[in-house]
Amino acid sequence: MKPEEITIKAQARAAEQQAYAFRLFCCDSTGCISSGAISIQDALNEELAAAGAAEKVEVVPTGCMGLCSLGPLIRVSRQGTSEDVLFKEVTVDSARTLIKDYIAPQLNGGVPELGELAKFILPLDIPFFKKQIKIVLANAGLVDPERLDDYLARDGYVAASKVLTSMSPDQVLAEIRDSGLRGRGGAGFPTATKWGIARNAVGDNKIIICNGDEGDPGAYMDRCVLESDPHAVIEGMMIGAFAMGANQGIFYIRAEYPLAVERVEKAIKDARKAGLLGKAILGTSFNFDCEIRLGAGAFVCGEETALIASIEGKRGTPRPRPPFPAIKGLWNQPTCINNVETLANIARIIIKGGKWYASMGTEKSKGTKVFALTGKLKNSGLVEVPMGMTLREVVFDVGGGSGSGTPIKAIQTGGPSGGLIPAEHFDTPISYEHLQQLGSIMGSGGLIVMDEDDSVVDIARFYLDFTVDESCGKCAPCRIGGKQLLLLLDKIREGKGSEADVTMIKRVALAMQKGSLCGLGQTAPNPVLSGLRYFREEFDERLNCKDGAKGGCSCGHDSPCKAN
Amino acid sequence: MSTNDQPAAPAKPVLAQPAAPGKPAAPSDQTAIIAKRWRAKRGSLIMALHEVQETYGYVPRDVALKLAPQIGVPVARIYEVLTFYNYFKTSAPGKFVVSVCTGTACHLKGSGDILANFSAQLGCKEGESTTDKLWHLQGVRCIGCCGIAPAVIVNGKVFGKLKPADVGDVIDKVLTADAAAAKV
Ligand SMILES: Cc1cc2nc3c(=O)[nH]c(=O)nc-3n(C[C@H](O)[C@H](O)[C@H](O)COP(=O)(O)O)c2cc1C
Ligand code: FES
Ligand code: FES
Repeated sequence: MKPEEITIKAQARAAEQQAYAFRLFCCDSTGCISSGAISIQDALNEELAAAGAAEKVEVVPTGCMGLCSLGPLIRVSRQGTSEDVLFKEVTVDSARTLIKDYIAPQLNGGVPELGELAKFILPLDIPFFKKQIKIVLANAGLVDPERLDDYLARDGYVAASKVLTSMSPDQVLAEIRDSGLRGRGGAGFPTATKWGIARNAVGDNKIIICNGDEGDPGAYMDRCVLESDPHAVIEGMMIGAFAMGANQGIFYIRAEYPLAVERVEKAIKDARKAGLLGKAILGTSFNFDCEIRLGAGAFVCGEETALIASIEGKRGTPRPRPPFPAIKGLWNQPTCINNVETLANIARIIIKGGKWYASMGTEKSKGTKVFALTGKLKNSGLVEVPMGMTLREVVFDVGGGSGSGTPIKAIQTGGPSGGLIPAEHFDTPISYEHLQQLGSIMGSGGLIVMDEDDSVVDIARFYLDFTVDESCGKCAPCRIGGKQLLLLLDKIREGKGSEADVTMIKRVALAMQKGSLCGLGQTAPNPVLSGLRYFREEFDERLNCKDGAKGGCSCGHDSPCKAN
Repeated sequence: MSTNDQPAAPAKPVLAQPAAPGKPAAPSDQTAIIAKRWRAKRGSLIMALHEVQETYGYVPRDVALKLAPQIGVPVARIYEVLTFYNYFKTSAPGKFVVSVCTGTACHLKGSGDILANFSAQLGCKEGESTTDKLWHLQGVRCIGCCGIAPAVIVNGKVFGKLKPADVGDVIDKVLTADAAAAKV
């Protein structure tokens, strides 16, 4: 493909789209598929055929629209109007009615009859949608992730074309540096700096890896990006590869994400066929191709050096750094590892400019962040908000507040590596620094909301149990320390603990933080420590619960001491 | 419960999808084909093992033994890897593999009770199979469906927004779908 052909193909597809009177965007992502999205699309197509309207209405299977808890979702877009209508919790029957009573009459110049359908409409001006700014998720829900030309019609591969034909690697790095983009995988390392190190590293076969391991249980941002807009990640990877002088890319994706794997595979094949991957891309001298490697269910493999070991076909155990992967990584080659969301930002930054991106956010945290909002919220789903928005806005405006009616007491960010943030701190703006000051971390984007019914001691134990289970066992502080923390915590939970146990928890935690080989062990104590910091009274209840065996304490939780 | 009667989702089985257990064992030269596909690529042991598990539903010992020389990796290395990663199974699972998500979002929404109900109704513990080898019950860490927590996957099909009382219903649905598929 030549650069001009990108424009030609994009225009052709755009014209095709405009020729339809209606386009029905149907969420075809894992969440909605599980609630029946596929049979709904079949029903839509059947009804359209029956109404003789198949040529005038396009049914577009798309990626995740965000409000997964209200799926299956269908967005009805009428050509020539800008006001789309979103239908939630669609069933096969309501899908048929949608065509018969809503679409068909309009095609024949009549007035649509909403009737029963009215109760399926989800207003698009609710805060859940209005407060979001979509950069990473800009295409999610609006393109068919399995169609390259859909992506092209939305400025797809325009950034890559600009980079390859008119920019030098240094200019690319400068643009990314201006944007202030920091790694979205958790640690928040500046992306331009990481790329710069890889660029300066010596090696003939540099490699860029997309980290799609997404180990945080309760988070699914990366899954959705890969399922909804795989080409955006490929394009970001290609630009990164160009900037650092790499010719090989690897997607490392969890095996638990079959649909993401399938869509990335298709996207790679399509891009290769179109000459957007391979040799002499877009008629330039740049060669780049990528392939997929699967994870196999090990949280630690999200850690860079463990991930590399896993791709090399070994057990996923981390190794000490330095040397950093950017100097000596996969097969001893300079290797740059970036998170899915980080890469999905790149093309947009190149098109709109680093300064534009940096105009959003706080002083040190720029742009937007995707969060998976889950737990005791009204609106569970995937959202993208500008950095600097307060936690309160995310929880109460975007998330709609408590879903159970029970007051919200805290959130957890950063998953097993992060910490609890109590409601009194909800006015904190979201940024790497602010969250760290509160004893948590940004993490990859899991945001779990807990209400007054949830026990902090239980949550702390839940995460600790996870990290103990997932510890690779290579280093003693993590392997032994984690287990000891768990035993101490259980002792307290069962009403058999004492103040000395709390002191010991803190000592063991310190040893793990200082002595563990990788981030898993270093951060594993965070949930317990933040629990102790903000909800000490819940631990005290258990400490004072000497009468546990008789169910005598008033802690109100379903604690193990009450089981007997 | 939000679910439907359509076949497994995602529709097309892909790389990582375990094969429908119970189907006749793959031809014996399958190992050779897998070895051939991955031998030339560095470090692709894990990919080869995925393919073995996709074919047989687990990684049988005799296949591992056969694979080792063909792919040029010692048997010890294969088992080192197999036992490290949770995804790989070294014994045959049941025909229906029930994976109850025990990730954070699902945990908060009561996945513990759902797991307990499956355990009671199927009559096997977590991590075990029923005596008739029909069902295998396992807890898994987040299947990325947190927006519709609590979630369960049975042989690739996702069931979301479950209540503990829905468990019997899920079991029935799986059996009905299987009976319908057997007729075709
Ligand atoms: C135990 C552990 C698990 C991790 N899991 C992930 C993960 O699932 N996805 C991810 O992108 N980064 C994960 N990371 C962070 C990566 O090591 C790495 O910093 C990141 O992928 C770099 O990409 P970025 O600079 O774009 O953020 C994990 C780190 C640790 C210590
Ligand atoms: S899966 Fe459909 S909205 Fe998320
Ligand atoms: S926590 Fe259950 S699907 Fe993510």
